[in-house]
Amino acid sequence: MASSETTTARLSEAAGEPVPSLAGIPAAPITRARPAITGAGPVAWARTNLFSGWVSTAVTLALIYVLGRWILGFLDWGILHAVWTVPDTAAGPDASACRDAKGTGACWAVIGEKYRFILFGRYPYDEQWRPAIVIALFIGLYIVSAMRRFWRPELLLVWVATLTAIGVLMWGGVLGMEFVPQDSWGGLPITLILSTFGLAFSFPLAVVVALGRRSTNLPAVKALCVVYVELIRGVPLITLLFMASVMFPLFMPPGLNPDKLLRAQVAVILFAGAYLAEVIRGGLQALPKGQYEAADALGLSYWEKTGFIILPQALRLVIPPLVNTFIGFFKDTSLVLIIGIFDLLTSGKVAITDPTWQGYSTEVYLVLAAIYFAFCFVMARYSRGLETEFSRTVRR
Amino acid sequence: MILRHGTMVAAAWVDHEDAIMSGAAIDPRLQPARAAPKKAFSLSWSDPRFRNIVWQVVILGTIAAIVWYLVQNTNRNLTARRIATGFDFLARTAGIPIGESLIDYDPSIHTYGRALTIGLLNTLKVAVVGVVIATIWGTLLGVARLSKNWLIAKCAAVYVEVVRDIPLLLQLLFWYSALQGLPQPRNSFHPLPGVFLSNRGVKVPLVEWEQPFWWALAALAIGIAGTMAWSRSATRKQESTGVRPKVWPVGLALMVAFPVAIWAVLGAPFDVEMPVLRGFNFVGGATLSPEYGALTIGLVIYTSAYIAEIVRSGILAVPSGQWEAAGAIGLRPGIVLRKIVLPQALRVIVPPMTSQYLNLIKNSSLAVAIGYQDIVSIANTTLNQTGQAIEGIAAIMLVYLVISLSISFFMNWYNARIALVER
Repeated sequence: MASSETTTARLSEAAGEPVPSLAGIPAAPITRARPAITGAGPVAWARTNLFSGWVSTAVTLALIYVLGRWILGFLDWGILHAVWTVPDTAAGPDASACRDAKGTGACWAVIGEKYRFILFGRYPYDEQWRPAIVIALFIGLYIVSAMRRFWRPELLLVWVATLTAIGVLMWGGVLGMEFVPQDSWGGLPITLILSTFGLAFSFPLAVVVALGRRSTNLPAVKALCVVYVELIRGVPLITLLFMASVMFPLFMPPGLNPDKLLRAQVAVILFAGAYLAEVIRGGLQALPKGQYEAADALGLSYWEKTGFIILPQALRLVIPPLVNTFIGFFKDTSLVLIIGIFDLLTSGKVAITDPTWQGYSTEVYLVLAAIYFAFCFVMARYSRGLETEFSRTVRR
Repeated sequence: MILRHGTMVAAAWVDHEDAIMSGAAIDPRLQPARAAPKKAFSLSWSDPRFRNIVWQVVILGTIAAIVWYLVQNTNRNLTARRIATGFDFLARTAGIPIGESLIDYDPSIHTYGRALTIGLLNTLKVAVVGVVIATIWGTLLGVARLSKNWLIAKCAAVYVEVVRDIPLLLQLLFWYSALQGLPQPRNSFHPLPGVFLSNRGVKVPLVEWEQPFWWALAALAIGIAGTMAWSRSATRKQESTGVRPKVWPVGLALMVAFPVAIWAVLGAPFDVEMPVLRGFNFVGGATLSPEYGALTIGLVIYTSAYIAEIVRSGILAVPSGQWEAAGAIGLRPGIVLRKIVLPQALRVIVPPMTSQYLNLIKNSSLAVAIGYQDIVSIANTTLNQTGQAIEGIAAIMLVYLVISLSISFFMNWYNARIALVER
């Protein structure tokens, strides 16, 4: 924009002056315009990126004003006028300081009072070191699985061992730990259990369904897989959870009534299986046809071909979308709130039904959002990094 | 036709005969390919076809056995718990209080069937409004993310990142509690005459619907049809003469002036019912409930972040050479966008956009968590009252499957229409 204006100005300037000519060819017009601001430097950067025209300038200024007001307002509410702690009295915490600050300042004292409940739900107070270790184990498991140098068959053993350890820690009943029934579990461990166990169990299911959907000479199996995937993907997760909570008990033989958490876990696995199957099918389709043909030409059987040639390549291709799907499940597990399972969101919501702390939902929701955001953001960053890395190797 | 076909065959035959007569060796590639010998179907394990059939029978048989087992259990449980089956309950009086409904409803008279219909209409009300606003807002965000202005691009990027990494249900609860935190009706915000913002929702003036409005609507429909016909004839004229007759004056006359004229001729009725604060609540006017507001705001904010990413990648997918080439043949920027860039970007945008629309509709089922009475919420109440869980959940699933499948069909048709026609 700016450069074209300069050119026009230059030309009109040149038109008014006698142009010296050489052998009938007009000489290049003499430039009188100021040299364009080039090079780096904050002023040049701001000119090109923030104030490159009057519309851009106006929008920038308006945005700066709005953002500035919001950020200052938030700092004012969240830090300057916030109540960080409240005194403890014999009748429980005294929240009058928070009530006085209502409307002008945040009441972070509710987090200080309730963080154990939000994180661990109704797990026995003295035993809460166990779910704390479980959370650490989950995070460690994610970190180990994310490192490429650990991508080898032994990783499967690590998963089995960690998930077993998590089960032992949560239930207890051995090694001198008190037994804690599933009804009393709650908080962040439930969110992590639902999503991680959901992934671990739905993954093999998804591989089978994806292979079934791609099969050419088993039409009945293919139809079955298509119906399963499309049916699950066509309805919201909430219907599956309702099914797990009200319909599942009807399916069971009398006397057998699985726990609510287990039923929800089954629903999450079935749901995740359908979505993961589509992701894996994408990987199977992205594999060049020559790979299939070469494996056939070697005379490999179907399972040898699939196990040694196809799946190792296809699964590697789908790791980034797999992580994205996992982020989706991680967020979707919050839906178990609707059928009354005590996950992170539910325990946050229950924490603010306490009469002392009613009305401080914003603070609690912000903290919950920060926890979910931290997990999802790190995973999304990781998946994007992996994607660029993979596309680089493929391009080479 | 037959004759020509016959001659061709004859000619080919003659060529063939010539080749043999001349004694030259026939190139084996010219001979029709030999098919693999057909093997007789044998009932042995070494025949792959037999194996396939056996495997399919085994797998289907196992699944049928499991389903049969579950059905047996269910039947036994249903009789043991004295739960009725079938859809007879749809005709029984519902007795479910429903806060907002697009059609008449009285819990003491109307049936479960009508209650479920209201739920369906409420779902559609959220879905249609949500899809439209999310598309507009998401497109704006997607374009903003590509803006040359660093601040706009960064703001849009932060919005998209933050919104996508927080569960929708948490966002809905947040917006609902924020709307409930608005002042009581007595101290409500009053930004415009007739508009009140309070914890009972948004009160707006209601235009009373009268007979002439129907006629004006009919006139609008005729106007739209007429404009489309005129536009088509203009295209034909452009193809034959190269000059396109103006379309917009005709469109304006048919779609705006014509309905307004009809309305004016019929007496131009325009009665507005203003909401008035009486006692503790408002009387008159139309209401947007806090539940509906929170659900729509939450769905729009969440889905628009995904739509923004789709639009951004769609625009980035059109190579900049397309802009330059179109400019080089002398097209104006507006035309370039409309005729060159958008058709190509849409091809990338439409399929993922379809799944976002479907996601929005499926996510509207989270209404049950904040007490908006959509189909899931009403079916849930129904199945709690009647105990008929299977029928209730089947009804919900059917509704969502029908919506999902019809949208996929429509979008697939649209996608096929704009797809690149290849040889």
